Amino acid sequence: MIRFVYADELERFPLLADTMFRDRAEQFRTRLGWGVTVDGKGRERDQYDVLNPLYVIWEQADGTHGGSLRLMPTTGRTMAGEHFLHLTHGVRICSPLVWECTRFCLSPGASSRIAAALLAAGIELGLRFGLEQAIGVIYTRTLGIYRRIGHAPDVIGTDGGGRDSISICVWNLSEEARDRICARSGLSSASIERWFDDSFRGPGRGSGNAAGSLVIAA
Amino acid sequence: MAGERLETVLDRLQTTKSIEELRAWVHELRDALGVAHVFYHTANLKGEQVGIFTYDIAWIRRYVVNNYSQYDPVVLGAARRFTPMDWKSLDWSTPQARRIMREARAAGVGNQGWSVPIWGPGGQLALFVVNDEADDDRWAAFTRARAKDLLVIGHLVHQHATRIVNQDTDVVAAELSPREKQALMQLSQGQARAEVAATLQISENTLRAYIDSARHKLGAMNVTHAVAIALARGIIVPHGELPKY
Repeated sequence: MIRFVYADELERFPLLADTMFRDRAEQFRTRLGWGVTVDGKGRERDQYDVLNPLYVIWEQADGTHGGSLRLMPTTGRTMAGEHFLHLTHGVRICSPLVWECTRFCLSPGASSRIAAALLAAGIELGLRFGLEQAIGVIYTRTLGIYRRIGHAPDVIGTDGGGRDSISICVWNLSEEARDRICARSGLSSASIERWFDDSFRGPGRGSGNAAGSLVIAA
Repeated sequence: MAGERLETVLDRLQTTKSIEELRAWVHELRDALGVAHVFYHTANLKGEQVGIFTYDIAWIRRYVVNNYSQYDPVVLGAARRFTPMDWKSLDWSTPQARRIMREARAAGVGNQGWSVPIWGPGGQLALFVVNDEADDDRWAAFTRARAKDLLVIGHLVHQHATRIVNQDTDVVAAELSPREKQALMQLSQGQARAEVAATLQISENTLRAYIDSARHKLGAMNVTHAVAIALARGIIVPHGELPKY
């Protein structure tokens, strides 16, 4: 299932959070060889994780992390604006209708269905809150993954060549895109909507644990 | 942006020159949106609190005197959040919260609300709120249809209030990169987006992100408006004209 969790709520999901940051270390340091910061417990965190971003996380049946992405509004600090301005023709992308997606990560052995669910959930969030587009920094060679999922982004700019080449991309957020992703990977749009509602629903609204439930949007 | 009337009202926003004028204007906005109330507040514009709203002033006074912002789920809920909030998703379970809602309802505040948090570069929070009396289904349909407009309008109101308080009515041209200016200039010459994208050698979706960034930086409600502002401020020059040095 998908959870939408702000950084300051991660402590409510200790196993999920711990395995997410470990999987990020595994993906970004071990597999991709990025110069990322990994703490003594094997968790990768960067300067944007302390800005209270919103994570979209796939939780496995055993409560561990299956995949995740991180969202921040482009009206605040962004990776694109602070590190990759040369890839956007010097344009500081900054609009309440455009959010930045970073640290797209899959746990080792995660299925492409998880990647699809994350992308569909990100689009769902955009539709609910009135966003139009998402930008993101990805390895150019992973473009095929998004194409297979059913929602290839447009490349804004690319840095470097070969395996290490990275790109800034833009995705349009639309119901059609969400439904296409869902159809290709056997997910139902209804379950994506339910996951969103479960994360952003208020206390006492049918969750059954009203007393203790602190809700993301609250 | 939906509705000609709303466009006219947002156009009028640019002509307001004082917080008092904004307070009168916000009633027009409320009517154009067809809701019971609109509310904007920031705790810190040059050290000042600014409130622009259609609520009954007696209710606001009562709220301030009783220090309700300490317990108000709408205020507490916005802390450290950048996602818009449906009031239903907030925690109204405390006795203080229930009391605030009870008194607010008695003062004519509707049962439904949607809050847009707006964060300044220094971490200052402003809040734009739309409030109405509606059942859950109608409210869900309204927020779904209007979520984008409310994001845009909230930021427009905030930008304009900030400019008034700073006594700075001019947009800083330097915020726009040469690429954004070129895109606006070509649009001002009546070129279609596909042509502009082709000239700039970028995709139409990339152009959309660039144009929307320029729109936001100029405090415009849509692209046409952004072009008009850029022309009026001399950020771009009309086709064929030389810049006036």
